[in-house]
Amino acid sequence: MTLEAFADTIIPGERRSPDDRAVAGAAAGGGAVAAGALELLRWDATGLHDSLDGFATALDGHARAYAAETGLTLDETVPPFVALAFADRTELVRRITTPGHPEKALWVSLALFCNMAFDSAAHMHTADALAAGHPGLTALGITPPDPDGRWRFPRFGYGRPLARLHPDTTPSGSPA
Amino acid sequence: MSSTERTDVLVVGSGFGGAITAYHLAAGGAKVVVLERGPWLTAPDFDHDFKLGSSYTRAFDFVVGEGMSILGGNCVGGGSVVYFAAMPRAPRFVFERHGSIGRRMWPAAVSRDTLDPWYDRVAESISITQQGWQDVTYAGGLWAAACDHAGRTANPVPAAVDLSKCTNCNWMMAGCHFDAKQSLLLNYLPAAVAHGAEIRPLHEVQQISRTGDGGYRVHYDVMDAEDYRLRGESGTIDAKIVVLAAGAGATPVILQRSEQTLGKMPHAVGRYFSGNGERLNTAILNEDKVREVLGLTREDGLGYAANQIGKGPVVASWDRLDGSLPEYTRYSLEQLYFPPGLGTILAEVPGATGPSWFGVDKKEILKRWQSWLIIFQMIEDDNEGVFGPPPAKGNADRLSQQMLGVGRLKYDPRPSTLRAWAMADAEVKDILERDGIAEVAAWTNDVVGAYTVHPLSSCRIGDDPATSALDDRHELRGHPGIFVTDGSAVPGALTVNPAMTISALAERAVPGIVRAAQERGVEVTYGAPAPGGGTSGRRGVTPLLPTLTR
Repeated sequence: MTLEAFADTIIPGERRSPDDRAVAGAAAGGGAVAAGALELLRWDATGLHDSLDGFATALDGHARAYAAETGLTLDETVPPFVALAFADRTELVRRITTPGHPEKALWVSLALFCNMAFDSAAHMHTADALAAGHPGLTALGITPPDPDGRWRFPRFGYGRPLARLHPDTTPSGSPA
Repeated sequence: MSSTERTDVLVVGSGFGGAITAYHLAAGGAKVVVLERGPWLTAPDFDHDFKLGSSYTRAFDFVVGEGMSILGGNCVGGGSVVYFAAMPRAPRFVFERHGSIGRRMWPAAVSRDTLDPWYDRVAESISITQQGWQDVTYAGGLWAAACDHAGRTANPVPAAVDLSKCTNCNWMMAGCHFDAKQSLLLNYLPAAVAHGAEIRPLHEVQQISRTGDGGYRVHYDVMDAEDYRLRGESGTIDAKIVVLAAGAGATPVILQRSEQTLGKMPHAVGRYFSGNGERLNTAILNEDKVREVLGLTREDGLGYAANQIGKGPVVASWDRLDGSLPEYTRYSLEQLYFPPGLGTILAEVPGATGPSWFGVDKKEILKRWQSWLIIFQMIEDDNEGVFGPPPAKGNADRLSQQMLGVGRLKYDPRPSTLRAWAMADAEVKDILERDGIAEVAAWTNDVVGAYTVHPLSSCRIGDDPATSALDDRHELRGHPGIFVTDGSAVPGALTVNPAMTISALAERAVPGIVRAAQERGVEVTYGAPAPGGGTSGRRGVTPLLPTLTR
């Protein structure tokens, strides 16, 4: 739940149900969680799969410290990071991914895969993800491939001169 | 104990620096073995798929450093398989750069004039197309039109792409399924194999030691084909000559690790690294303004919305490549494509007031991804990169099964580099924000540092032993018989895409390597034609040979 809330902070999405706590509902449409961030993180190919419990524990620790520092009282029925409001989750993630933070590299790597779940569905074959209406690939507007799973764009350009060439271009097309 | 395997020439890496030297040495009669860390993939293997484990991640290496991350090839053919095939020659002034070492960085023997015949050899060997406006993609055309609108010039970029086969799928970074991209898999490497060179994929070289007879012993690990965190057996091969071409992110690491067995390395091994001054900007286009201001419309009434379509960089603005301008103020601005997976996380929200690279506003700009135009700056940096002590194995501690690792490079840009980036940022903004065409923001350097796809200079040529690891013939100072021919040999940032220059330098290095091999008793001669049989390039370099085989 904590890592879902982290993924939702990176690319926010709409709540899956009215009582969804991990997903804060800060944006319309599916976010990183709906895109499969947890499926991707749990895959051993990422190299983070064995560390996820540790990430969650550490993030909750940061959330407790953040709450204490800012005078927030956390709802104890959910993990501390989940108990933070979206704006506070965002501020905390900003702090722990800022240059100079000793754990920055760890949180950046976690964010990297959350982003990849959304922008490239890295846990799924791309054609399958598009066919299934993957929220990230769909949001980016990526068009489906040809029936053989390959992309081809027969119409690709404006087809006319659009600028003057640099006067010092060599006959082979390089700068002089 | 098995008997030690022997070869005349051992080449480490099969990208431009390795493939070119392997071809010429094998064609000249030497027994050549090429050890390549990555897999051997060919056109049927090149997927259109972002799933981890597809060719998109198998063929790549993304190494996070401190202040600089490197994206490089990791397969037979190296960078040529995953690059965008832009093949411009470096402008004349680049060879006269001083950087901050108080003297010319390049050897006196190398200038644009003396390198041009070697560029010609490459152009005869790799089919390079001088693209016309009819070949230019929507993204390239948009950049050209915006440059023109702002009073700048713009040029279609010469590219190693067979346009008759290209589908403009924009999957070049995963390898070209259609064999349109003229990677080394289609020219130098098959020619090397035809002349008897052996290419061994999934062999990662760890270090080099000496043999008792003046030669070298190369130590390697065999890598798992799928999970590069796993290693199989280790082995060694003895060679009379070693050519290091593992890439500028790996060659210095192998040499650093070899210091305990080879003895002291030149000071410049693992120093003076350049990211080729690279930095990216994202413009998010206003589609109405594209039509109204630039007068551009696609066949279906759209203005642009074509980020997905194309073949990498197609158009560049070279107005700042002016040798009369001071160093650190010259740069090119090239339209580029970066696919999802690697190409969105660092993009920042233009004018962000909250977090710039994640969160609610970031999601909003992702929804406009088809209207993104990515502009690639190549400025003159100041060779600020330094490699720390090497990891136990390879060039990085691998985190993921493929692609992602943590390396030892530290890069702290000096004010001259930061000012140049700021200048280029401002110019991109000036060009693309005119009349509301787009909103522009730079990629953040705060997440994984600066970011280069063209690592250079970490083991460079030069005339000054204090600031160059190699002499002007690419031989490692103090270690005769070891040559370096990859991007690490390039003295500094080039202000353009470097593949053509790396290749020309590798071609130029061959006569010296042949001479060194001959001196060690190898029966080898220089003078093979181009891989396709052409001989005009060979004629062009003939007058230069005496200076390289002294």
